[in-house]
Amino acid sequence: MTEEIIIAGFGGQGVLSMGKILAYSGIMQDQEVSWMPSYGPEMRGGTANVTVILSDEKISSPYLKIVDTAIILNQQSMDKFEESIKPGGILIYDPNGITAHPTRTDIKIFQIEGTKLASDMGNKKIFNMIILGGYLKLKPIVKLENVIEGLKKSISERYHDLIPLNVEAITMGINNIVPYKVEDHMFQN
Amino acid sequence: MRSMTELKLMKGNEALAEAAIRAGVDGYFGYPITPQTEIIEYLMTERPEKRTGMVVLQAESEIAAINMVYGAASTGKKAMTSSSSPGISLKLEGISYLAGAELPAVIVNVVRGGPGLGTIQPSQADYFQSVKGGGHGDYKLYVLAPASVQEMSDFVEDAFDIAFKYRAPVLILSDGLIGQMMEKVILKPQKQRMTNEELIEKYGDWAVTGRKGRERNIITSLDLKSEKMEARVHRLMKKYEQMEKEDLRFEKINCDDAEYLIVAYGSSARISQKAVQLGRAKGIKVGLLRPITLFPYPKQALFELADQVKGILSVELNAGQMVEDVRLSVEHKVPVEHFGRTGGIIHTPEEILEALEQKIIKNGSIKHHKSRESSIL
Repeated sequence: MTEEIIIAGFGGQGVLSMGKILAYSGIMQDQEVSWMPSYGPEMRGGTANVTVILSDEKISSPYLKIVDTAIILNQQSMDKFEESIKPGGILIYDPNGITAHPTRTDIKIFQIEGTKLASDMGNKKIFNMIILGGYLKLKPIVKLENVIEGLKKSISERYHDLIPLNVEAITMGINNIVPYKVEDHMFQN
Repeated sequence: MRSMTELKLMKGNEALAEAAIRAGVDGYFGYPITPQTEIIEYLMTERPEKRTGMVVLQAESEIAAINMVYGAASTGKKAMTSSSSPGISLKLEGISYLAGAELPAVIVNVVRGGPGLGTIQPSQADYFQSVKGGGHGDYKLYVLAPASVQEMSDFVEDAFDIAFKYRAPVLILSDGLIGQMMEKVILKPQKQRMTNEELIEKYGDWAVTGRKGRERNIITSLDLKSEKMEARVHRLMKKYEQMEKEDLRFEKINCDDAEYLIVAYGSSARISQKAVQLGRAKGIKVGLLRPITLFPYPKQALFELADQVKGILSVELNAGQMVEDVRLSVEHKVPVEHFGRTGGIIHTPEEILEALEQKIIKNGSIKHHKSRESSIL
């Protein structure tokens, strides 16, 4: 099994930490992992993205052009990464702030209202965990207990009391990801 | 327990910093610059002075830092510094002095794009600077090129072993990609810092450790008597010959049946490995030779592979530097071309495979002396 993922959005949305938690979850189940951030000037207020690979085999290139799954959290990233998904692959996006929705018909597209759900739950910081939950519903490549272990490893001990809230957010994501059919919206775009 | 080996998810820069503490390094002297600042940041946060007594100091400049390394190394201590490209340019005078004075030291370059202030993104454009001198005079650096976070960790101890074996500065040539990415890393157990007695027993009584009845040890790179200076240069050249014989490192991947060869080091080797997989899936018999040391260089391995393959592509994140050493090594037996992106852009595995197909496989029928065009995208 090899899963290649790109997570892309604004700096501050928790893109890099979401990738880190996913990578740590992979380690918890003895997988090879790589986490390759874009750390350029874009990190200072613009877009941020990270490529995460989980595999049962040794990972060659940590940097990829084509991925299995793209998790897209803003319009700039949609413009840049919709094309980067393998035919048959998965695109997950939060429609909040998206003006030009995806148009590819050779991939599976899903929406998750992460921004809205986080706001409803009263904590915008758990946005990335909601998105992660949605992803794990579609690709249960890591077990929830390993995600919890991954969370423990990647966040400072003094915040460990927030783990139940994070688990709640993941569950919220699992229950709220919905398919998006390009065909149904062809005349709206 | 810190003394056990540990499995962690770390950035390359952090893994290198932790490895420095565990390798029993006595002193780190540095100055921040992207994309290697995590090294000094990690060391400052870890407080190694409490763990092992290791000194970590932010100098007032890169030049001050390299001269602090010179001072500490003169006393037989394990001293290191790190920086990124423009900072390494500033250190070059000091590095030449270290080589001239025959001092062991480790320098880390987490390369960014240049020339000038360039960009903060990954690059391999400091190949020439690393292996063709850089500083003034007849000297070479032993150059290790890590291609994973694990190697960022492992190469620290390896580098100090070589530095003390030869009493010579060693360079770890990384880049922004390997420095910033996170991977699994197995950390080695904590080593004790070396005592003066251990130093003398293992490496001889050369350092300035306090005279105590023996003859004076003088550390200098200055010899105004020409004969003595020439003898010093010859001594250095002997070391480099010995390095070539005893401490050359490289790795061959999928080379046994290869008809085409990619040569790449560091981050480019990782990306090229994927290009090899993609090529093999298409039925192209392509292999990868990864130099792990850039000096010494795997000249003989390349010379021999040139009898087997039809063409070679040198893949580097620069405008074509290592390709010159590939050409020198194969002595015009087969066509050798370069492919690489610059400016902080990282080539994708697909781009590398396409370059191999266009520049090497498609041009196979053309005599190679005809095709020497620029290879930059």
